[in-house]
Amino acid sequence: MARLLFFGRLRDSIGTGALTAALPDHVRDTETLRSWLGARHPDLRDSSVRIAVNAELAPGNAAVADEDEIAFLPPMSGG
Amino acid sequence: MIRIQAEPFDPGAELAGFAARAPGAGAIASFTGLVRNDSDGSEVTALELEHYPALTEKTVATIGEDARARFDLADLAIIHRHGAMAPGEPIVFVAAAATHRRAAFDAVDYVMDRLKTEAPFWKRERGPEGARWIEARSVDLEDRARWG
Repeated sequence: MARLLFFGRLRDSIGTGALTAALPDHVRDTETLRSWLGARHPDLRDSSVRIAVNAELAPGNAAVADEDEIAFLPPMSGG
Repeated sequence: MIRIQAEPFDPGAELAGFAARAPGAGAIASFTGLVRNDSDGSEVTALELEHYPALTEKTVATIGEDARARFDLADLAIIHRHGAMAPGEPIVFVAAAATHRRAAFDAVDYVMDRLKTEAPFWKRERGPEGARWIEARSVDLEDRARWG
């Protein structure tokens, strides 16, 4: 099972900060993951939402596997 | 020195401690960010700062290393809070010690611009009208772009 994390406004729009999901066979990278989840949660398709795989920012299209922790990060506001 | 913590801190005491640890430096610059009590005309009664701990530690450490590589610093301190805080409380503290003032000023400015746009923190302001998420403004991204 993959562990999916949602931060900031995404936590509100998804309704939870974390969930576990079995990734379908066709979801093997961040692009296919984004379209798969984006069908139900269009916010996740927004290009301003970055993805981190196992706490590493994944620019471009990165591989994902069923045991990964995958975090969806809206624009940050530290400082 | 880098600390990511929920507990409040005293910026004056932090600056005094930092200065005591940098006896040879000719210049120390520091910045303290505080929770504002007004945001675009709306009263702010509380701030919640969410973060992604596994990524926060790494990102802030990288920003610190980049600042040390870019500017001629004797020392650098970054403290960033998360969790719930009240208006007037410090959120972030950055101090840089250097031989000359320009490196110290620039390093603090650089670290703040990167923290605001790259560190995985998300602010939610609470007020009489409810809560709202705050995201980096275009001016924050323009500030960040100054450093390449």
